[in-house]
Amino acid sequence: MVCQICNKNPATVHFTEIQDNRSSELHVCQNCAQEKGLAPQSGLQKFSFSQLLAGMVDEMATGEEEKVGPVQCPRCGLHYTSFKETGRLGCPACYSTFQAKLRPLLRRIHGSTRHTGKHPATESESVARTRQVQRLQDELQRAIDKEDFERAAELRDLIRTADQAVTREGRPRANPA
Amino acid sequence: MEARMPDAGETSGAGRVPAVDRLISRPGPWLDATGSHPAIVLSTRIRLARNLRHVPFTHRAREDELRQVLGSVERAATRAASIGGGAFLSVHELGPLDRTVLVERHLVSHELSDASRPRGLYVAPDERISIMVNEEDHIRLQSLVSGLMLGDAWAFADQADDELDGSLEYAYHDEWGYLTACPTNAGTGLRASVLIHLSALVLTKQIDKVLKGITQMGLAVRGFYGEGTDVMGNLFQISNQTTLGLSEKETLESLERVTRQILSAEERARDTLLRDARVQIEDKVFRAFGTLRYGRTMSSQEVVNLASAVRLGVALNLPELPSLSTLNELLVLTQPAHLQRRLGKVMDPAERNVRRAELVRSILARGGGDGTAEGRRG
Repeated sequence: MVCQICNKNPATVHFTEIQDNRSSELHVCQNCAQEKGLAPQSGLQKFSFSQLLAGMVDEMATGEEEKVGPVQCPRCGLHYTSFKETGRLGCPACYSTFQAKLRPLLRRIHGSTRHTGKHPATESESVARTRQVQRLQDELQRAIDKEDFERAAELRDLIRTADQAVTREGRPRANPA
Repeated sequence: MEARMPDAGETSGAGRVPAVDRLISRPGPWLDATGSHPAIVLSTRIRLARNLRHVPFTHRAREDELRQVLGSVERAATRAASIGGGAFLSVHELGPLDRTVLVERHLVSHELSDASRPRGLYVAPDERISIMVNEEDHIRLQSLVSGLMLGDAWAFADQADDELDGSLEYAYHDEWGYLTACPTNAGTGLRASVLIHLSALVLTKQIDKVLKGITQMGLAVRGFYGEGTDVMGNLFQISNQTTLGLSEKETLESLERVTRQILSAEERARDTLLRDARVQIEDKVFRAFGTLRYGRTMSSQEVVNLASAVRLGVALNLPELPSLSTLNELLVLTQPAHLQRRLGKVMDPAERNVRRAELVRSILARGGGDGTAEGRRG
């Protein structure tokens, strides 16, 4: 496979982007990838995802998300524009501060916005509640798919109640410092 | 070999560091050619990204905060049952050569080896678990094992992570999981990867098709690059791309499934080569071995490429070749910083190439070329 940018060197860096259920691929050589800021240095270093991400954030900034939520993290002082430039958030609280903007971005990066893996030992109870909400939401989707609107309405109420419990417990965990 | 090293103290306070001395004397257990399919899969790596809840991410934290993180993680790691008793290195206080040794060894990233901020590395006694402190995230816990061993590598990392969790307060969000400086790592914070040797797929020109298939499976693949655009040593790293939505188990299963498919494709390509071009393959393998054995000057890249050809020969059960673990030893110990640190002096590339060829001959004389069956199974 030849690099899609220079059409000369063999393509050795491969990106797949999925947008609106359409998958587009980019196959480029190391040189071009580096020039475009998509690739790492030599050796076993990781992709420069943050640079790639910064590009994605930029693109999204023109959309609706840009108008939602605060522009600066009250905890660490990071401006959202700085995240757009570097692809790096400033502190754990930035996730809550910028959540309206981050949610669509996370969906685009990962295809999902819900963690289903392990959790710190101390988080088990609230996580269990979140899991419950998640299960209910899955069930709701199935009910809607089957056009069982009576059941869907019940589920929506259950989710609302459970969701409030999760929110009361605080996410992220209340800050004692 | 342990001669005093005049150039070791390039930065103030850096003398001989015993922990680095110990490292360079051996290649690291993750390349001991044990585990499943060691002829094709050199190593398996698990990386977990974690941050402390009350400290800004590394790039936004003050120097005193970063020093606190170093202290907290060192105490937590030393106390942890499964990884305690290891060595903690203040990476920013090491000389540049020692830092490069750690990079060559895959213990630290280029980012961590930048000494401008307080950064640390904890290495467990058996080197199977290491922890980079104040890299992009406060904690990058890494488990590195030989062969295709995703289950084992995960079990080691998971246990160490649980133990650290007992003394540290991780940044975690119910919906988004472990919070990381870059949202591409949020969720599990897990990057699982295998380092795989695909020489027959390269030789039979099927590699592009296979790599494309890998990316379509939602995995990332990268070559191991030398100068120019040639893939060095036919080595590729395959890893998961996403960290949010799939559980750790699902992520590992998907990587394992794809890796096994690639393994089968590589094995089929090897059978084809043996059937259709046996003499040519044997010629390539033994010429490479001859060069390693008798050459008098050799670049790092040349060693990697020659070792790749010999590795193929070992996997094909050709006689009188060194063991896989000896070939792995060559890959690690002949890298520029390892070589210079071992010989106790900084050298220009021309001198390095001569000394590297000497080291290659001595490793081969000591450890291989006798056709032992050790580590031969692919």
